[in-house]
Amino acid sequence: MTLLLALLLAVPVLAGLVLLTAFPRATGAPVVAAGLVAAVVSVVVAVELATGVGTRATPMLVVPLLGPLTFTYAVDGLAAVLVVTVTVIGALVLLAASGEQRLRRGRFVGMVLVFLGAMLATVTAATLPALLAPWEVMGAASWALIAFDRRDPAVGPAAGRAFLTTRTTDLGLYVATGAALAAGVPGLGLGALAAGDPAWHGLIAAGLVLAALGKSAQLPFSAWLSGAMLGPSPVSALLHSATMVAAGAVLLLRAGPLLAATGWAATLVAWVGALTAVVLGLVAACQRDLKQLLAASTCAQVGLMVLGAGVGASAGAAGLLVAHAAVKALLFLAAGGWLAVLRTRALPALRGAARRHPGIGVPFTVGAVALAGIPPLSLWWTKDAVLVGIPFGEGGLTVAGLLATALSAVGATRAAWFLWRPVRSPSIRRGAEQQTRRHVPLAITVAVGVLVVPAVALGGVAVAVGLVPRADAGELVTTGVVVVLAAAATWVLHSRPVRVRSALWGRAARVGRGWLGLAVVTGPAVGTPVTTLARWVERADASLARALPRAAAAVPALARGVERRGDRPIVVALARFAAGVRWLGDLARRPQTGQQHQYYAQGVIAIGTLGALAAVVVWAGVR
Amino acid sequence: MWVAPLAVALLLVPVTRREVLLGGWVGLAVLEVVLAVLAWSSVVPGGYAHEVSVPWIPAFGVGYHLGLDGISAPLVAMTTLVFLAVALWSLRRDPAADRDADERRARAYVLLFLGLEAVSIGVFTALDLVLFFVFFDVSIVLMYFVIAGWGSGERGRSALQFFLYTFVGSLVMLLGFLSLAVAAGGASGATGDRVGITFDIPALAAADPLAGRGVAGMLTLAAIGIGLAIKTPVWPLHTWLPPAHTDAPAAGSAVLAAVLLKMGTYGFVRIALPLLPGPWRAAALVAVVLGVVSVLWGALLALAQRDLKRLVAYTSVNHMGYVLLALGAAGYASAGSEARVLAVTGATVQMVSHGVVTGALFLLAGTLRDRGGTSVVAAWSGLAGPMPRFSWTLAVAAFASLGLPGLSGFVAEFSMLAGSLPAVPVATILAALGLAVTAGLFVRALQSMLLGDRHLPAAADRPPARTGMFRRPGSPDLRVGETAAVGLLLAASLAIGIAPALVTSTIAPAAATVVDLVSR
Repeated sequence: MTLLLALLLAVPVLAGLVLLTAFPRATGAPVVAAGLVAAVVSVVVAVELATGVGTRATPMLVVPLLGPLTFTYAVDGLAAVLVVTVTVIGALVLLAASGEQRLRRGRFVGMVLVFLGAMLATVTAATLPALLAPWEVMGAASWALIAFDRRDPAVGPAAGRAFLTTRTTDLGLYVATGAALAAGVPGLGLGALAAGDPAWHGLIAAGLVLAALGKSAQLPFSAWLSGAMLGPSPVSALLHSATMVAAGAVLLLRAGPLLAATGWAATLVAWVGALTAVVLGLVAACQRDLKQLLAASTCAQVGLMVLGAGVGASAGAAGLLVAHAAVKALLFLAAGGWLAVLRTRALPALRGAARRHPGIGVPFTVGAVALAGIPPLSLWWTKDAVLVGIPFGEGGLTVAGLLATALSAVGATRAAWFLWRPVRSPSIRRGAEQQTRRHVPLAITVAVGVLVVPAVALGGVAVAVGLVPRADAGELVTTGVVVVLAAAATWVLHSRPVRVRSALWGRAARVGRGWLGLAVVTGPAVGTPVTTLARWVERADASLARALPRAAAAVPALARGVERRGDRPIVVALARFAAGVRWLGDLARRPQTGQQHQYYAQGVIAIGTLGALAAVVVWAGVR
Repeated sequence: MWVAPLAVALLLVPVTRREVLLGGWVGLAVLEVVLAVLAWSSVVPGGYAHEVSVPWIPAFGVGYHLGLDGISAPLVAMTTLVFLAVALWSLRRDPAADRDADERRARAYVLLFLGLEAVSIGVFTALDLVLFFVFFDVSIVLMYFVIAGWGSGERGRSALQFFLYTFVGSLVMLLGFLSLAVAAGGASGATGDRVGITFDIPALAAADPLAGRGVAGMLTLAAIGIGLAIKTPVWPLHTWLPPAHTDAPAAGSAVLAAVLLKMGTYGFVRIALPLLPGPWRAAALVAVVLGVVSVLWGALLALAQRDLKRLVAYTSVNHMGYVLLALGAAGYASAGSEARVLAVTGATVQMVSHGVVTGALFLLAGTLRDRGGTSVVAAWSGLAGPMPRFSWTLAVAAFASLGLPGLSGFVAEFSMLAGSLPAVPVATILAALGLAVTAGLFVRALQSMLLGDRHLPAAADRPPARTGMFRRPGSPDLRVGETAAVGLLLAASLAIGIAPALVTSTIAPAAATVVDLVSR
């Protein structure tokens, strides 16, 4: 089984790396086939692993890092469900991507496979280092995937924002790992986090929550998800369904015991999730761009999962995660199909698209109905399983949950309404009809068709076999009624719009369409201070660089001073001394005239002097 | 091992043909890598492999003492690998563009690098303070000539600044060494017998001569610390680094960043921690603070740079700051020993990782300067189209430098941060912010250079003329030698990233020894 697990993690990554390094520019069927084979192999391995959970020993893969610290991967119940979801959706996304000419490239397929491998490692990670590594690889791979259309000047900043937001919040994981080490968590295991020294619980939980909220694009980090829409549609389908945003929710589910142990962390998580679900539900309800609508709705749905993790409704949240993954992948792939054929994502321009392309229009509608939470489709069951987990005392959370449910119905109905709207304007119809000769690629239709099944039935089946708890009847009926009413009201309001003549309303809608200006605010709020600080530090550094050489310049100055004050007087004194010596020498040379009579005279004078001296001495001695 | 480059250098002295010179150089570099790996494989925990100990100046206790342990072996291997990459990278440089028309210049270039390789290996294997000092100083002199002779811009000034800073540092360090040796002469060893004046590192580590002598110990540590900190470099003594890197030739920058900077951090691990445990514990907070300031200062400065070479140079300050932080945290005896071993291991991995990754980044920046005459980020755009090999390697190197898992930077930074946090939580959290800034600056540079519309400096866009016996290729992309050089370094980074146990299994026991010594 360990071998199978290693295979599960290695196959996508290795296949992806081979495609990336050896065949980045290869195109066409061989590349697609290679990608699909790798994806299908992972699906088979994942299913094989998942069926063994509970009956056989948990498969474990341990890669030593240092002493007792290891990269450990294991397939437990949650991981089993998630690996199957991730691999199936990954394979379908690759299939759908093969429908677009520009995506049949080694570079794209390889990067998707690496991304999938990273997500698989993330969901099977059992220790903090094992989680941190793929977690960050996933962020970098998402950067490369969003920036796939490298000629487009807009993708660079958008991809950069996605990577930087998630990377910055990832620092939380580094801090959490260090704190876990300090707390003495055995082997840094994810399941044992609450077993460490309680003094460090707060820091561990804070780090994990920060990382999870950033990855899941919860408030206030939601803006990167909007920019991520610039990537190709299959990438959006992947990022917003089973991977990336789901990873944050998975981490929170795994850290459940620790969050509960700190107290405040669980409450914080629940409220952030609820708030995101409501606010981003509102944002979704006022979008005019199909992909942006779906993205905002993803944030809202993940908010519900985060809420579930916060209140301890783990099984419900996991069920919601899987059901939502199927639904959202379906919706994004269908949106991508229209984008490929009609070259637009604007809802007004997509009027009647479902009528012209029923092959993806009908599945899209089923997906939208499921997303709206209308009974008895998947999301209705699973969402109620989350809501039923909210404790009785938390009235606010319950209200927020119901509101979010209603808002998701509004958003989904809005999308469906536009797509089924008959086109009245002749010019639009003519323009559109010219393009209807282009068919939606078969690959996309097939992928979307396959996804309809889980979107419809998954929730019901999961409740029937007991994987997801069944909410009580009252709860189920309440949400059902709320959702149907909200959907009906939305449909009616769109068909017979009530014109509100207020500038405030329009402005509010614009702000909502712009994701509450989150992206606009992040730049000045974070980027500008950092760059200003950087410029300031650069100036300070320049003066520092000047100060030390200036201090060093004192050395030559000192040398000059020594030369002037100390050295020169010595030189002068030496010169004078030398002159004196020379004068003495001259003096000594003067008697040497070379004339004998003068030598005799000098001799006589010398002997006379000596004689006189001797006489004086003798005389003095006698005295 | 360190003699081999000198021997080859002697053989190459009379040679003037460029092909023979370069061939000999590459051959030797390959041989050195093989030797380093062989030597590494024989390193066992506890003790030194391939130890050579011969008295040199017995009157002063100076010995010729060399040996490899778990900390030096990976560094030696990294050094040989970087020199091999530099040799490969220099293979097909265009002589005319390099002003190397004179063949004697090519010979001097090769001889200088051979000499550098010899002394670099010498520094990492030296187990005697005087020997360490000699190798350390010779490396400074050789690097001065490399920058002054083959640099660009204000190379004379930058080279002189580099030389003065590091040379003054080494002199201060020598004072510290003398103080240690003299103290050993007066102290009695662990077994009670007198040690006598000695410069032998293991003997000094065993004797701990300055134990219990507060002020003398602190002054000695300050002297050694300042000398090493200049070389590392640590804020506020880092200002020689950017001009030296910017004006040095690409190969010189790569060696300077990859190998010479490590001499500073290696000195901390080899000398400051084990030989002065008491003072180090007392001054650990200083190391931590300076480390954190270096991390943030370097990251912010790199963010403000417009030139790729300067940007990479400042990230070196940032990366070395993490090392100092981790070593400072190792001085906190209150934290668990497991975490501190992790911190020291991470610091050593960071030295290796920074060596290969920054070496690759400097070579790539040098390629830009070679092709278009400038390495200013804004001058290049949309490179993913015309220069695919360059783009891939640059992206991988940048991600390795910012610490992406699967590459070596992650293993190092993860170990250092996780290992330091138990000892100094606040400082570590502040230092972690540096990771976010580094990520930001690299991603910004990548998206500005690789994505968008194609825009190259005029020199890179012109079809190159035929020169010499080789026809220059039409594409501005990396050539075979350059790809091999950079690919080699990045492959090493990838290997460490995927299987960290490759290096950590050797380093961890040695790091545990260091931690034991420092907590005496």
